[in-house]
Amino acid sequence: MTRNMTLAAICVAGLAAPAAAQTELSLWYHGAGSANAEEALVNQLVEEFNASQSDWQVVIETFPQLAYNDAVGAAALAGELPDILDVDGPVMPNWAWAGYMQPLGIDEATLEDYLPGTIGRWNGEVYSVGLWDAAVAMTTRRSTLEAYGIRVPTLDAPWTGDEFTEALMTIRDSGDFEYPLDLGMAWRGEWYPYAFSPLLQSFGGDIIDRSTYQSAEGVLNGDAAIAFGEWWQMLFQENLAPGTSQDAADRDAGLLNGTYAISWNGNWAALPVVEAFGDDALFLPAPDFGNGSVIGGASWQFGVSATSENPDGARAFIEFALQDRWFSAFSDGTGLIPPTASAAADTANYAAGGALEVFYGLSEAQALVRPVTPGYIVQALIFENALADIANGADVLDALDAAVDEIGADIEANDGYGH
Amino acid sequence: MASKLTQSNKAGWLMAFPGIALIAAFIIVPFFLAFAFSLTNQRLASPNPTEYVGFDNYRDLLGLAIFTLEPERGENGQVLRDDEGAIEYPRLRTFTRNNPDYPQLDGKREWFSWQSGENRTVVLASDVVFMRAVVNTFFFVIFVAPVQAGIALGLALLINQKLRGINVFRTIYFMPVVVSIVVVSLLWKFIYSPGDGLLNNILGWLSFGLFEPRDWLGSTSTALPSIIAMSIWQGVGFHMVIWLAGLQTISPTLYEAAEIEGSNKWQTFRYVTWPGLRNTAVLILIVITMQAFALYAQINVMTRGGPLDSTQVFVFQAVVRGYERQDISGGSAISVILFLIVLAISLIQRYLTREKN
Repeated sequence: MTRNMTLAAICVAGLAAPAAAQTELSLWYHGAGSANAEEALVNQLVEEFNASQSDWQVVIETFPQLAYNDAVGAAALAGELPDILDVDGPVMPNWAWAGYMQPLGIDEATLEDYLPGTIGRWNGEVYSVGLWDAAVAMTTRRSTLEAYGIRVPTLDAPWTGDEFTEALMTIRDSGDFEYPLDLGMAWRGEWYPYAFSPLLQSFGGDIIDRSTYQSAEGVLNGDAAIAFGEWWQMLFQENLAPGTSQDAADRDAGLLNGTYAISWNGNWAALPVVEAFGDDALFLPAPDFGNGSVIGGASWQFGVSATSENPDGARAFIEFALQDRWFSAFSDGTGLIPPTASAAADTANYAAGGALEVFYGLSEAQALVRPVTPGYIVQALIFENALADIANGADVLDALDAAVDEIGADIEANDGYGH
Repeated sequence: MASKLTQSNKAGWLMAFPGIALIAAFIIVPFFLAFAFSLTNQRLASPNPTEYVGFDNYRDLLGLAIFTLEPERGENGQVLRDDEGAIEYPRLRTFTRNNPDYPQLDGKREWFSWQSGENRTVVLASDVVFMRAVVNTFFFVIFVAPVQAGIALGLALLINQKLRGINVFRTIYFMPVVVSIVVVSLLWKFIYSPGDGLLNNILGWLSFGLFEPRDWLGSTSTALPSIIAMSIWQGVGFHMVIWLAGLQTISPTLYEAAEIEGSNKWQTFRYVTWPGLRNTAVLILIVITMQAFALYAQINVMTRGGPLDSTQVFVFQAVVRGYERQDISGGSAISVILFLIVLAISLIQRYLTREKN
């Protein structure tokens, strides 16, 4: 099927530009069948690049997101990676370490003004750059907070941990909502480390000790992490949030139909909220549990595969994509955050006064990338398991200890992951 | 025979070649690779070289230790109790984590424990998740094999009648088998949905609202039984068809003779039908046992091993480790252990059901 599509693409391209002797570059993309304009925009980007110069001819192949990482892994084993890879930010170090990718080799000065989450670094070199970033916010309605006398927090003065917990209790005790807080527990997978490890970091813990990346001892099971774990378990024991058996449909519609009062959700889900509530919609920073208010950074990015015979062409394509006009176009089409302030000024939602402007501030001020280590892909699964177990009533300290041990064993089995 | 098969049968071998090649490539070679990988530290993707590690992977999976916890004592040696009167023990982690006095406990976790006098005896395992997977899998097999075989036999007896429209019933009973297990699992996830789920609604309606809605898949006590019930429902039609085939091989003359002798329905079943189904019963028992050990799709779609590892099973663990956590050697070791268990059980079943002369 995909091969036929590639052939078709080659034929069409060949007919369109028979005279030009363009060298072919392959590009793999994760967004097949995306609900918004993402796929169409990527195709447009490729077309315009091909038309803009005569050396390179990019041929795109798209995959469904769920199958994408598997496809890349299989292609790497078979030695058939494309020239240009699309890679999720936190996964990039693993692919770089495993030898799927090579350093990007573009001038870092050009990336100076980018949001930190859009640049993928490993071992001191830039391997990937994103055309957008994503951010997470406490999504709610001004009228809800006012009804219960809860302060509307700001970027400079977010809720404190206690203030947040009290607010949730107040809303719960009113009985007006099924649950005061929707954490998105239905979204098993990368959502857990992406959305919940920043809360742990705000407590002062982390998934792994970032000074060495060799152990999680004392970081994921230290006092700060235990305090986080107990608070996390309390959310479910006190009926402040639905647990792991939350229905995915409730996650999607719960805030809009009044099942939940506050939803911890990404900016990709923000536009429907604005449409439903208008000026009443609020996107608030994460609570500050003592170490500042933190959100996760980094989304999908472009990089060059290690086996590419034409890294110059791959680089040329990525440099072509790194223009404000593309950033703005993707942002308008998908609701994601453009990586530069100049591009943001040119978008419908992130310009001054735009509906989602607050996300740019959140991303700029608070985004912390997930642990930059090849072991992250395994650590993410272990962290997800620990949080699910604690939510389901496991002993906090035992669950965190088990996670620390599993992370340690995995790092050891991989000879320290090259740090 | 052997010489004919090997020497003067070129065309036969040629025709068998595509099939044999595919089976070799996708079943026989991976089977031996699993044995080989389980003795190394092979990763799914890694720049590090693969090394032989002996039986380390098996030791990490199967390591056990027994430890007796003595209660915390006060200054006078009296046992300390908490507010509710329960005896207070030191935390296990003080022995299992970085304690040079107890090297045999290092990194192990509590699997289960029991009280003996003032002391608490704890069984620790190197890999508690795997141990839970072993127990859950056996629990699943022990329930599913007899219940599914029994219900399938009942259905087969019901539809082995010459009634008008009996094919409609056959089709209905067989339908779940034809539908993909992933689709069935998704549907049952909705049925078991907490709060407003179909099952909760039906039970509430039948009990005139007395039934308290349950979180079927979200509670440790009901998650595995829910999956067992759903798996039986899904698989029963297939084995019904095998029973039916067995039933139809029994000669009608035997039934006629039994009728002339004046046997009642139970006697007919006990002395005519059941002996005639002997070989079918052996086949069904072995097939169900093997299929039950291979439980994977339902777990992956419905619970992913949770809550609190109450639905962890063999194959799911092998996939999670080997593929998701990129630890091919660990996943292979689990596969090898599963193979040995299934082999042992099949041999025991064959021995118990052998023809006794």
